[in-house]
Amino acid sequence: MGQKEGKPKLIDENGRRVDGRKPDELRPIKMQVGVLYNANGSALVEYGNTKVLAAVYGPREPQQRHMALPYRAIIRCRYHMAPFSTHERKSPAPSRREIELSKVIREALEPVVMTEMFPRTSIDIFVEVLNADGGTRTASVTAASLALADAGIPMKDLVAGVAVGKVDGVLVLDINEVEDMYGEADMPVAAAPSLGMITLLQLNGVLTHEEFKQALDLALKGIRQIYEMQRETLKRKYLEVKVEE
Amino acid sequence: MSITPTSPEYILPKIKVETLASLVRKGMRLSGRGLEDYRDISIELNYIPNADGSALVKLGNTQVLVGIKLEVGTPYPDAPNEGTMVVSAEFVPTASPVFEPGPPDENAIELARVIDRSIRELKVIDFSKLVFIPGKKVWNVWIDIYVLDHDGNLIDASSIATLAALLVSKMPKAEVTNEGEVKVDKSTHVGPLPINHKVVTVTIGKLKDVLLVDPDLEEESVLDTKLVVAVSDDGRIAGMQKSGMGYLTKDEVLRIIDLALRKGKEIIGIVEEYVNKYVKPQSTSSEGKD
Repeated sequence: MGQKEGKPKLIDENGRRVDGRKPDELRPIKMQVGVLYNANGSALVEYGNTKVLAAVYGPREPQQRHMALPYRAIIRCRYHMAPFSTHERKSPAPSRREIELSKVIREALEPVVMTEMFPRTSIDIFVEVLNADGGTRTASVTAASLALADAGIPMKDLVAGVAVGKVDGVLVLDINEVEDMYGEADMPVAAAPSLGMITLLQLNGVLTHEEFKQALDLALKGIRQIYEMQRETLKRKYLEVKVEE
Repeated sequence: MSITPTSPEYILPKIKVETLASLVRKGMRLSGRGLEDYRDISIELNYIPNADGSALVKLGNTQVLVGIKLEVGTPYPDAPNEGTMVVSAEFVPTASPVFEPGPPDENAIELARVIDRSIRELKVIDFSKLVFIPGKKVWNVWIDIYVLDHDGNLIDASSIATLAALLVSKMPKAEVTNEGEVKVDKSTHVGPLPINHKVVTVTIGKLKDVLLVDPDLEEESVLDTKLVVAVSDDGRIAGMQKSGMGYLTKDEVLRIIDLALRKGKEIIGIVEEYVNKYVKPQSTSSEGKD
């Protein structure tokens, strides 16, 4: 939409953003795996105030048996926002946005999950956005990929995601809600860095050809950093295991 | 919930898959088209007399009808000085043996939302000129995409039809009464819908490491993935969506963008040609100011 009312200054005289970050700086990111008792794999990921919980069940028998495929597992994915996750209460019924995002998140993970190892089964990924402050879909991909790894499902690589935005004419990494709302563009990207696969790519907004190239490089740089944190998080889980004498 | 598709839209015999793949590697396609060629495009403008603007687009055997209706409604609270827009897509059961009646599935929703974003973000429609009483009464622009026949690349066909329909849409006569109501006379039109920019999507499929413009249904059934790029009349990127299960390398993304920017210009040119031919005999002052 056009110039929204009450648009704050998104980049100050010193080139800092609304939350004091530099343009190429991520928010404080936290990751934890194995946070749920029942799920086969789970992860809690925070990008600043964005908090996302992912649970993986499976490989297991599909809920509807006719859905099974004889040569691979199917992936079922739901992206859902908790009613209290947004400023105004969000109806828990699935919105068109959530239906679309469930699809792009599933498609971001399909290329890395080794589904052919589990024919006739279903791998179910449930993502709950607990608090939304921008970048929820990319945090969801990061969390879902950790939860899959936590469930012990073989993958070719981890997938990490981050959104790049254009605010007050400046390309910025890992946009928050204010930057998304008042900025000129929002470009979520997810990739499997070790394999050089870009598995999610969307652009909401307008960029020139040159800006796009820079934005993609910025996103891939951020994804690298998040990917390293994912690896550390998974390793840490096993370091914490104590052996009784 | 999004589920890995289990019943494909189209089943291609294995031998044809192999032929298709080996042809593509030599730069050829089953249909005889070049890798960067669109299928033939034909546009019938204002096909629906009861709509304020409409277009029937044939892209090869794919047919999409877009109807635009203007209604008086309320603005969004955070944009009191702007009209509103809603884009919806129906995959009508006439279009394919696998389309069932019912609410739009994730593919129809994705299509509508990708087109919605390209129009909204580029400010294709001048929403500031669609206001009667700020904060209270504005025009709501309803864009309904009707997929009639599915032979692949529904997004580009829908995008072409949407642009064409927008460019020939007319404003119904409307007046604000003393009581603060808006009286609409749908039988009289007072001028074109105000348009700032033009935009089309260009869909490019990836098969192994070969890029295919405007994939048809047979090709879509074997693609690794595809990238939809919205291209504006001034050569900017107005939206993007990777759609499909596979992945793209950075190099592939950059090649796709180069190609899409080139093809987008060409497609906007085709739409303009149809619209100019149609608009000229009626009025000459209806073009946007770009």
